[in-house]
Amino acid sequence: MASKKFLYINRKAPHGSIYAQESLEVVLIGAAFEQNVTLAFIDDGVYQLLQNQDTSGIGTKNFAPTFRALGDYDVSQIYVERESLELRGLSKDDLIPLTYEDEDDDWAEKDSIHVVSSLELADIIEQQDVILNF
Amino acid sequence: MSVLHIVNKSPFERNSLDCCLRLAKADSAIILIEDGIYALQKNSAAADKLQQVLSKHRIYALQPDLQARGVNPENMLEGISLLDYDGFVQLTTEYDKLQSWL
Repeated sequence: MASKKFLYINRKAPHGSIYAQESLEVVLIGAAFEQNVTLAFIDDGVYQLLQNQDTSGIGTKNFAPTFRALGDYDVSQIYVERESLELRGLSKDDLIPLTYEDEDDDWAEKDSIHVVSSLELADIIEQQDVILNF
Repeated sequence: MSVLHIVNKSPFERNSLDCCLRLAKADSAIILIEDGIYALQKNSAAADKLQQVLSKHRIYALQPDLQARGVNPENMLEGISLLDYDGFVQLTTEYDKLQSWL
């Protein structure tokens, strides 16, 4: 079976609802089945990638460190909409650094996160076979 | 009569904070909890709105919710009082009415 291009669109903040955590679970399962996986973070979804999240004070699971596992599942295409970051007073430096090892480039460690404009993201959405929204 | 306004929704996803700021009278207090705390991130549109009403309202935020979401105090609007859960409970006893902008 030919692999399809899956895009997961994340538009919700991480701790106010279960969407973000469920999305990450589904992404990891999809990646384990060797699908071509792309992630997009838009609107409040960009908050999912903020550094230094510590849920010890609110008694919920802190799933943010799990994003670091994505590289090991060959999930290396993570797009963050620049307009969403700017509206929230954020920049790429505020996000968890996510990397993968590129097997076509002697396993060099490379950035997975790409901050892109709305226009670029619109093209990325059009290139997909399947789009899942969280 | 004194009112404590409670906002728990992201200002970028819902209009709860806007509605609160429109209808809260001077000298009422506002506490931001859960996703409401994202309004405090410096250089955001929401923080600019809060900045404008700091002389009108005492504004509080629940510290464990900031910590959970990775919003550091140094990246936060100044002039906000941080509370823990006990402080939040104490605050609710100091006002006649609580208004939650769900």
